[in-house]
Amino acid sequence: MGKLLEVNNLSISFTQYVQGLNRHDLKVISDLSLDIEESEIVAVLGSSGSGKSLLAHTILGILPYNAHVTGEVKYKGEVLDQDKKEKIRGKEICLIPQSVNFLDPLMKVSQQAVGECKDDDERKEKKLKQREVFAKYGLDESVDDLYPFELSGGMARKVLLSTALLNDPDLLIADEPTPGLDSKSVEETIQDIRKLKEQGKGVLLITHEIDVALKTADRIAIFYSGYVIEINKVENFLNSENLLHPYTKALVDALPRNGFKLTEGVQPLEEVSGCPYYENCPISSDKCANNKPELIEHNGAMIRCFNFNKAVSEDSVSEEVVDGVVSEAPVEDSVSEEVIEEPITEEIAEEVNDEEANDGA
Amino acid sequence: MTETPWYNKGLFSSLNLRQKTLLTIGLTGLVLFGIFICGWMIDANLPTDFTMKMQAPSFSHPFGTDWMGRDMFIRTIKGLSLSIVIGIGASIISSFIATILAFVASVNKWFDEFVSWLIDLFASIPHILLIMMISIALGKGAFGVIMAVAFSHWVNLTRVLRAEVLQINTSEYVALSNRLGRSKLWIAKEHILPLVLSQIFVGTLLVFPHAIMHEASVTFLGFGLSPHEPAIGIILSESMSYLAMGAWWLAFFPGLALLIVVLLFDIIGDNLKRLLDPGEANN
Amino acid sequence: MIKINSKKLAKFLGLKAVRLLILLIVIAAISFIMIQLSPIDPVRAYLGQRIVSQEQLAIMGEYWGTNLSLGERVMGWISTLASGSMGFSLIYRVPVTEVIVQKFTASLTLMVSSWIISGVFGFLLGVLAGAKEGTWIDKVIKTYCYILQSSPTFWIGLVLLMVFSVYLGWFPIGLSVPIGQLADTVTFWQWLHRLILPAFTLSIVGIASLTMYTRDKLINVKKSDYFLFAQARGESFWGIIKNHGIRNILIPAITIQFMSFNELFGGTILVEQVFAYPGIGQATVAAGLRSDVPLLLGIVIISTIFVFAGNLIADIIYKYVDPRLRGEDDD
Repeated sequence: MGKLLEVNNLSISFTQYVQGLNRHDLKVISDLSLDIEESEIVAVLGSSGSGKSLLAHTILGILPYNAHVTGEVKYKGEVLDQDKKEKIRGKEICLIPQSVNFLDPLMKVSQQAVGECKDDDERKEKKLKQREVFAKYGLDESVDDLYPFELSGGMARKVLLSTALLNDPDLLIADEPTPGLDSKSVEETIQDIRKLKEQGKGVLLITHEIDVALKTADRIAIFYSGYVIEINKVENFLNSENLLHPYTKALVDALPRNGFKLTEGVQPLEEVSGCPYYENCPISSDKCANNKPELIEHNGAMIRCFNFNKAVSEDSVSEEVVDGVVSEAPVEDSVSEEVIEEPITEEIAEEVNDEEANDGA
Repeated sequence: MTETPWYNKGLFSSLNLRQKTLLTIGLTGLVLFGIFICGWMIDANLPTDFTMKMQAPSFSHPFGTDWMGRDMFIRTIKGLSLSIVIGIGASIISSFIATILAFVASVNKWFDEFVSWLIDLFASIPHILLIMMISIALGKGAFGVIMAVAFSHWVNLTRVLRAEVLQINTSEYVALSNRLGRSKLWIAKEHILPLVLSQIFVGTLLVFPHAIMHEASVTFLGFGLSPHEPAIGIILSESMSYLAMGAWWLAFFPGLALLIVVLLFDIIGDNLKRLLDPGEANN
Repeated sequence: MIKINSKKLAKFLGLKAVRLLILLIVIAAISFIMIQLSPIDPVRAYLGQRIVSQEQLAIMGEYWGTNLSLGERVMGWISTLASGSMGFSLIYRVPVTEVIVQKFTASLTLMVSSWIISGVFGFLLGVLAGAKEGTWIDKVIKTYCYILQSSPTFWIGLVLLMVFSVYLGWFPIGLSVPIGQLADTVTFWQWLHRLILPAFTLSIVGIASLTMYTRDKLINVKKSDYFLFAQARGESFWGIIKNHGIRNILIPAITIQFMSFNELFGGTILVEQVFAYPGIGQATVAAGLRSDVPLLLGIVIISTIFVFAGNLIADIIYKYVDPRLRGEDDD
């Protein structure tokens, strides 16, 4: 089976200096594994500022140099080293970035979308292509000559998307494509991403908004405290019974349509010796305190838990703590239904280190 | 991926960056203190020996000798210690001025405008010209040059402190103290000063190198210390007369020594700044 | 294209002109008072070690105005200024304006050439160091800047003079005009020959701060999201440096270079002294040492205008070239 992208046992950590120049090692992603097939959308869902974006940066080979990376990334069965990443990024794998800040503030948008050209012929050709793609997303010619600061939120979104599509990539990485957008633009973005799937492209969607993940993805990987704890099909998220990890169950139960149960709880920031969810887990055993569970396959899903197949009573789950991700979206009958009204999502976990700090480091 | 990072290589591999920074500050400070003490113990009236005049550098006279047969190494050390004293005096006075002006600016809008205007005023005359003028006004000499350097180097620190004080003034605890009826002076002394003290300290250290260099420059031009003083500026301006004869050591070593002292002060200032504000170390 | 709102610009320049006028009046007044307060006797300073008779001393006192009271001197100075002239230079014995025009023109060549050289090379070195951050190239450039920033300008001049003039004999030791020749008979090559070393000294000293500034700016750009995205789009490293890096740091770098007129003037004074280059710097030192008050005041005024002009140009570039600020201005 031809996997488009495979990430195996990826770990990323940073060295930082804090007050008084004391050294501090910060682990952001631990033992992350996931895969994407052609015409598939996989969402990585985790609280904002938890370092999910670094997954995208690793695949594209644009991590800052104080990052220490272990594990491997495979694209179409081939292991990607830095050289390969540099060769295929922007061509076969493209990034749809978070915000307009990812555009050069002093360069007109069409010029940026066209990018680097060897000669005038190539420039002309790319310029035509750029106009075509821009037009497809409803950006008329007046947009070409705007500077990034002159774009509205929705317009910026479309510019970023069309820029990524210019080279007709096979794999797209959408890094938090929805925050700060009004509901109409969010809906459009979701539609745009779904359409990419229809064109046979694979999409890695990185988000902290559970609604967006549920409406867009085929499979969802749950990112908790630097670990992927469960990867499951989106259908299974309709009912927490079908989910495996206690955190995921609690997360889905906390959705408004399921009763919206929520108490406090914080994802551990420091490296823990046992399961990262041990402190908050209703089904933990002694083993979980000091042993890390591996990510294993179970009925086509992936799960990182020792006790997932032990029976859990309905009550103990419903009283469970949800942290990191909360959705206040209105109750809906079906996840796949397209109608939403103001899906406002916010994170409760106050993160000490956000991605920006790490990126800048 | 498990390659040893740069800070764990070499001689001090067992130390972390913090220890290394502290060690650098300590060693550098020790060297400067040593120069200062040595120079202080040297008698200003060096023995003259005309049989030894204009000797090129040798083992007995590492920096050579001058037209009166004086050892240039001893003259240089003496000159450096004088530079350090003047540098310390000038930077402390300039920090004092900066602190006072920063607090004056925080009193009300008018005072703030006035201080900003003063900053503009002082920044608009070329530095050296300003130092020359103040030094002339005060009759040159050590007093003139210290005051001149002090009165021309407060601008940067004042800018920094003014912004800092402004920010602290908008904080909640200052507002609380205001409501409790504390006087402005009390707030300045109890709340603001302790918070900006480290800034003042680092600011003073960062002025040092500039103060030393500017003193040497104006003395070289003839507006600073008198020709009888054993200053580096004097030594270098004297050397001009002998350059064409090929007596390169008269200018080379004293200037190089001055450069090193300035560099050492720079290193202390930078390291201290990094210790207090680690933002840069993350790069 | 750059669209400049001419009305806005006129208002901006008008305000700046008023500021400059106030600044000049205050600076001239303060400088005058400072010189008058000086305990240094100008006549003694002028004579140095020479011994003169009592009558000659009285004549000289009259020439320098030391026999007048402070009030009379102030009135005299104001009336001269009011008549639209800057007075008569005591040591050159010609109107101050004439001395300044002549000396300043000579210095301007020196300053402009070294300003351009240090600007171009400082920027290029900064880009190189910033792009290659952490490599040995960066370390070499950084060390070079660090050392230059800590070394007195005049000492660098002395060292270069020793190496190139005394040891190698490539350049004359002093004087911009060969001895025994009138200034206007000097050929272009003779003049250039004497300009190279001072201009070179002034340039290599001026490079340091611009290089460090450019380097820091470029490193900031390298950390920016748009740099990251450009990389993710597969653009080549040097392509990004060229397209996005330089685009974003050129304006700040030019601005900084214009704001360095203050240091440029200071450096010129020192360099001219070392190389005996007869420009405004030497005139400043002579006027200061021999208490030529009218000339010194004239130089203070002209140098203030010079520094002000640099800052003004920097302001205009900053305000009118950046599209983001231009946009705000039209509102």
